[in-house]
Amino acid sequence: MPPRTSDAIVIGGGLVGAAIAWGLRGQGLETVLLDEGDIAFRASRGNFGLVWVQSKGLGAPWYQRWTRGSAGEWPALAADLGARTGLDLALQQPGGAHLCLSEPEFEDRAARMARMQSEAGNHGFDYRMIRAKELREMLPGLGPSVVGASWTPYDGHVGPLALLQALHRAFTEAGGAYIPDARVTGGTAAPNDFRVETAAGAFAAPRIVLAAGLGNADLAPRFGLDAPVRPQRGQILVTERARTILPMPTTTVRQTGEGTIMLGDSMEEVGFDTRQAPPVMAQIAQRAVLSFPWIAELNIVRAWSALRVMAPDGLPIYDQSDRYPGAFIANCHSGVTLAGAHARLLAPMIVQGSLDPVLAPFSAKRFDVPHAA
Amino acid sequence: MFRTRPDARPATVEVLVEGTPVLVPEGASAAVAVLLAGLSAIREMPVTGSPRGPLCLMGVCFDCLAEIDGVPNRQACMVPVAPGMRIARQRGAREARP
Ligand SMILES: Cc1cc2nc3c(=O)[nH]c(=O)nc-3n(C[C@H](O)[C@H](O)[C@H](O)COP(=O)(O)OP(=O)(O)OC[C@H]3O[C@@H](n4cnc5c(N)ncnc54)[C@H](O)[C@@H]3O)c2cc1C
Ligand code: FES
Repeated sequence: MPPRTSDAIVIGGGLVGAAIAWGLRGQGLETVLLDEGDIAFRASRGNFGLVWVQSKGLGAPWYQRWTRGSAGEWPALAADLGARTGLDLALQQPGGAHLCLSEPEFEDRAARMARMQSEAGNHGFDYRMIRAKELREMLPGLGPSVVGASWTPYDGHVGPLALLQALHRAFTEAGGAYIPDARVTGGTAAPNDFRVETAAGAFAAPRIVLAAGLGNADLAPRFGLDAPVRPQRGQILVTERARTILPMPTTTVRQTGEGTIMLGDSMEEVGFDTRQAPPVMAQIAQRAVLSFPWIAELNIVRAWSALRVMAPDGLPIYDQSDRYPGAFIANCHSGVTLAGAHARLLAPMIVQGSLDPVLAPFSAKRFDVPHAA
Repeated sequence: MFRTRPDARPATVEVLVEGTPVLVPEGASAAVAVLLAGLSAIREMPVTGSPRGPLCLMGVCFDCLAEIDGVPNRQACMVPVAPGMRIARQRGAREARP
């Protein structure tokens, strides 16, 4: 059977692939989005939902800028998706706090934020280190062990499942083709000429975007690209709904639009293991209760784990293949935060056929530095 | 609508359902007290506000959520009655209490 042809193939229907696919479709490309079935590693369905800027890019100010740029695109993204799909993404960007539970944590954080600001140079980086006394006016019922927080105006949060659903719906309603149960198992690459094999048939296009999350590690070499990503497990607990009480998100505690309070999230190097670990869950709960003692009264109604998509240095990977022009790759561990940039900044570059120089530092070539003898 | 079976244990435990005293058998659940009090609803849903009352009586449907002795969102069908227990309506999402 001849392959189904289109202007572009995107592999991976998570937040990264869906945002890019929708962006490509918005630029008029006939786009096919290939995804696996229900048995898959999908960070996009198990994340914490922060649109988070303040801790991104220490020592890598280009990442801070890209992240802040994405947060800046978010209001337009949410409004556009909301208008097209009728879904409320519950986007709020009131700024956010990172709570410090000890003096040393506060000192560390202050030093980190100062460095971020100096690295930002002319681009600026607004932040405040806020002591507990003032913080108590901003956040209700802080525990006695909270000594202070860093705060920036750039942070926010969103309903990540609504985001994923909205991207998919907007994409298909605009004429994009979403093909589930289409794990890419093989393919061939030539400049501006790609063909992939899946359980759902063969597909061909002059452009291909690898956005398969952890699946990119295996796919990339076939297309002259590199994605040394590894899984990093994160666990999350969720309380029953409560009337709105938290006016802003913090790094590890946020109240959703529906009223549940999410408590997160661990960072565990355990490979492809999505089990939950009670000791880690206990730690998450404990930190939440030290931050906001009243959370202890709320019932936990759900808990899960999911795998982040991590590069060795924790930064995103954006690349285009030198060998096979037309092949692009996108990987990141903050696919919620970066959805604005992916749909509205990255997708147009892919349509143009080359990544903007602002993305050059994100090339996986940064990992090729030869080891000193 | 609900009656105890003729062979049921005698109703000896007095509880308050929305402030009204009701006698229920020892070992019965707070949801039974709600039903014997003649109430068809004991909670209002947090999203639509629509009324709900005990349905499955076995801990599955969560339609029996009530404020019991001041603790919100308890599954009334999973809580055995105790003398003087106060069972009150759960109105929408609970309040978190800093
Ligand atoms: C616990 C946790 C908390 C997080 N919190 C936040 C947060 O607060 N804010 C934030 O911005 N980010 C957060 N993240 C990160 C965010 O969820 C991820 O960056 C994002 O979901 C990655 O999206 P993705 O599309 O690259 O990957 P995935 O969601 O993993 O999607 C990849 C898709 O590709 C498909 N696929 C894989 N291989 C193939 C193949 N060969 N053929 C076809 N399809 C394939 C998979 O089936 C899957 O659907 C969190 C992640 C975790 C785990
Ligand atoms: S009646 Fe169904 S959970 Fe209590």
